[in-house]
Amino acid sequence: MIWDKDQPDNQTRISRRQALRWGLYSTAGLMLSGHRSLSALAEEAPAKARSVIQIFLWGGMSHIDTWDPKPKAGRDYMGDLAQAIRTNVDGIEIGMLFPKLAQQADKYSLIRSMTHHNNGHETAAYLMQTGHIPGERLSYPSIGAVFTLLKSPGYTGLIPPYVVLTQAQGRFSEEGFLGQKFKPFATGGDANAQRFEVEGIIAPGITDDRQRARRQLLTMMNTLGNTIGANPQIIAAEKAKEQAYELILGPGRDVFDLSKEKPELRDRYGRFTFGQDCLAARRMVEAGVPYIVINYPGGWDTHRNHFETMRRQCPQLDQGLAALLADLKDRGLLDSTIVWCCGEFGRTPKVDWEPPWNGGRGHWGNVFSVLVAGGGFKGGHIVGSSDEKGQEVKERPVYPVDLLGSIYHLSGIDANARLPHPMGEEAYILPRASADVKSAGLLTEIM
Amino acid sequence: MRLGFCEPALSCVTSVSLAVITCLSLVVSVQTAGFTLAGEHAAVEPAPVLNIFESDSVPVADTQIDRLVFRKFKQLHIQPVLCSDSVFVRRAYLDVIGVLPTEKEAREFILDTDAKNKRQQLIDKLLERPEFSDYWAMKWSDILRIKAEFPVNLWPEAAETYHQWVKSSIAENKPYDRFVHELLTSSGSNFRTGPVNFYRAVQDRTPAGVAGAVALTFMGTRVDTWPTKTVAGMATFFSQVGYKPTREWKEEIVFWDPLRGAAQDAGTSSNPPATAQLNSHQLEAVFPDGTRIKLPPNKDPRDVFADWLIKPNNPWFKRAIVNRIWYWLLGRGIIHEPDDIRTDNPPSNPALLKYLEKELVTARYDLKHIFRLILNSRTYQLSSIPRLTTLQAENNFANYPLRRLDAEVLIDAINKVTGTSDRYTSPIPEPFTYIPEEMPAIAIGDGSITSPFLTLFGRSARSTGIESERNNKPIAAQWLHLLNSSHIQHKLERGAALKTIIDSRQKPQAIIEELYLTILSRFPSPAELTAAQMYGDSRVRGSSVRRQAAVTKRRKDWVDIAWSLINSDEFLFRH
Repeated sequence: MIWDKDQPDNQTRISRRQALRWGLYSTAGLMLSGHRSLSALAEEAPAKARSVIQIFLWGGMSHIDTWDPKPKAGRDYMGDLAQAIRTNVDGIEIGMLFPKLAQQADKYSLIRSMTHHNNGHETAAYLMQTGHIPGERLSYPSIGAVFTLLKSPGYTGLIPPYVVLTQAQGRFSEEGFLGQKFKPFATGGDANAQRFEVEGIIAPGITDDRQRARRQLLTMMNTLGNTIGANPQIIAAEKAKEQAYELILGPGRDVFDLSKEKPELRDRYGRFTFGQDCLAARRMVEAGVPYIVINYPGGWDTHRNHFETMRRQCPQLDQGLAALLADLKDRGLLDSTIVWCCGEFGRTPKVDWEPPWNGGRGHWGNVFSVLVAGGGFKGGHIVGSSDEKGQEVKERPVYPVDLLGSIYHLSGIDANARLPHPMGEEAYILPRASADVKSAGLLTEIM
Repeated sequence: MRLGFCEPALSCVTSVSLAVITCLSLVVSVQTAGFTLAGEHAAVEPAPVLNIFESDSVPVADTQIDRLVFRKFKQLHIQPVLCSDSVFVRRAYLDVIGVLPTEKEAREFILDTDAKNKRQQLIDKLLERPEFSDYWAMKWSDILRIKAEFPVNLWPEAAETYHQWVKSSIAENKPYDRFVHELLTSSGSNFRTGPVNFYRAVQDRTPAGVAGAVALTFMGTRVDTWPTKTVAGMATFFSQVGYKPTREWKEEIVFWDPLRGAAQDAGTSSNPPATAQLNSHQLEAVFPDGTRIKLPPNKDPRDVFADWLIKPNNPWFKRAIVNRIWYWLLGRGIIHEPDDIRTDNPPSNPALLKYLEKELVTARYDLKHIFRLILNSRTYQLSSIPRLTTLQAENNFANYPLRRLDAEVLIDAINKVTGTSDRYTSPIPEPFTYIPEEMPAIAIGDGSITSPFLTLFGRSARSTGIESERNNKPIAAQWLHLLNSSHIQHKLERGAALKTIIDSRQKPQAIIEELYLTILSRFPSPAELTAAQMYGDSRVRGSSVRRQAAVTKRRKDWVDIAWSLINSDEFLFRH
């Protein structure tokens, strides 16, 4: 939490928030001035979520083959994945490739009316993770970077507060105008390998003894640094280097040592990259990391070979995600951990059977599905609906600001708060609703 | 396994090198119980470390720049110290062409006995190197926001055309006034006429948005500090910039559209009505200095503005560029930040700024002339080790400031010393664009073409054109990468250039020397030589330091030595 709810006095509260942010920013040279008053909702909000796991299905996962099946829409829409299966919640059915998630439906809710009408990868990904209209003058930080900004003052964990498994998104800058300090730490490596070689932390073939000898050598050989005295640049560099060594030779790296888990549990998550990514994410939640992103390895941009790709990837998504939800629940972590999973958009409900697509689906931002669980989100519910062919929103649209706003809200973050901009520009975490920024309200029905 | 053997050896070296730098008042702690070193200190001692970085010749203010700068030193009681030749050769290469000197280039320069002329000769040579245009096109591309996509959307072909134009303008040393005039007044296709992309590389294409970009780029000033009326007056000059698509995908023609002003003004209510008297067909615009002008109907208003901008008596234009060059070379503008010029942010040395402006006009806007003047000054050639760490000293250029190498320059330097290359890709358009393996990062035109390293090390996002968008502040993740990533480790272990040195079968001393010249562009000091010789699994045969120096090294020990040099401040910073 960024500020103390028990403070009745508005003045005190603001100065306290200010103080915290100054603490973070004075060194970065950023200026922060002026605050908007907090929204009524946020004032009452007790933060339920401590950590967030965002599973991003980069490329855009089809909604009607997965969490919003339309068995009656016919082959032109459903191909050969027309069957829907029952879940452990009465009345909820999901796509046939998700039998394991079907058994966990009481733990998550499905939004079937997510919409933004944007069909570009970069712009839609930006919209889904910032809430802001792409192409405006400022490029805003993603939700993960905002968490880093607001949660890191109180964060004392050993590993960075914002981690992405395993590669950054690449096509948009998560940190936005906040600067590179707010970039996610990308682990690299492969969680499913014999040893999860987290780039920069666990180096292949270098023993701890050699690490220590090297470090000692570097101290000796650093002639300029040893000569120049108290230079602020060198001091800053040394401080960052110390932090790095906390991970290289300190206990922080153990978080990534998946061999500390029971083999049966690793099997349950699935012995493939995504499954072990989920397991690594859970270990990070235990270590208190505020924001974790799993960028789904492979991609969901299925213009061609759509059905083959779905048959290959969905079972892995099914197994990893189902195991993650069950494991978080078993450990009592689900109540304090938000899991949300979606792509930047869905895919055209009508299949392109013609060449060159030969059974593919295009980009579809008009309506698609999002899975949310934990951290104050109720399980076992469906939010909104799409029409009978999954083409448009039928009931209760959910816009990016509604989804992100709900996640912020459950995490005790006031989405109306002003962000520090290096040039002093006026910028807020989420935009206010306007003609361009549509909103249908927070997801109160499942909060 | 090293353990028992190496620990005493290492700590012994530590105490030796510490002893050598006691002149810097570092605490000497003799940790070695088992060795008697006292007698041996003398053997490695004659290397006062300061001499590696500094020259003992006293700087004389013999250029006009120095006279103007040193005058301030006198007031502030600053005793200037010159940098050594080995510091200079590295500094000049990095600052002028963004490239490290080779081992041979460094060695030859340091050993060149023509002490009087060799710095000047090197400067002249560097200004004509082909990398000069690569490097400065990169710097200009930050300011001109050359990027295929997000948040500026030039599209790959246009970004390439734009970059090519900038680069060839620099290569031919196009006079700066002409360079800017062409940028501001060109019309044509974004795919064929490079400079038209100036108007496309602005996120806010309203007249006021374009005016803001022009003011920032060429006047070094931010319009948000201006009165709204002044911005509106200037915006009128850009109210008739037209954009139209063609049949080719993503092609766009930028042109003078006399009818556009009317349509646009009606459309954007958020803009102050810069052109209230539209109906008269004779727009009145106001130059930033307050001069009003009725725009002639037969002339592109952009031309009218550009003509005004580049006039020799326009104070904004020449001041912004000479101040920027000073900032590029000396890390701090005479007015700082270099793109935040306003009346309440005065120059630290007005006479110096005036002098450079005058030189620019006299030299007919030849930017290399300004480079040459600055690079040849003693001021530029000062040591980076401060004697006085006050803000005043910094503001008056008492030392050459430390600056971390820019992301592109850093990875190029690592690749050069190891003999490796990186792969750069752009996700736009699909399928991914691949760039030739051997292409250095400084030669990349399109800001969307990138690598994880470039992003991690704070390359400019090219969204605003503000200099500080390039971020060289250190973060832990960068250290994780440099100290311990497989990316860097592979380069050290497998790089052909490094292999050649390590496997050369020369004596250890010669290998160490070559490593130093390659990586740090200088000879090792005796203390460093000893430390490097003694690193590794040692079979200690006696207590004599000299005999210990005959340690047999394994390949990984050499890799570790190269690793330590690449991770030293001396490698990572311009100094």
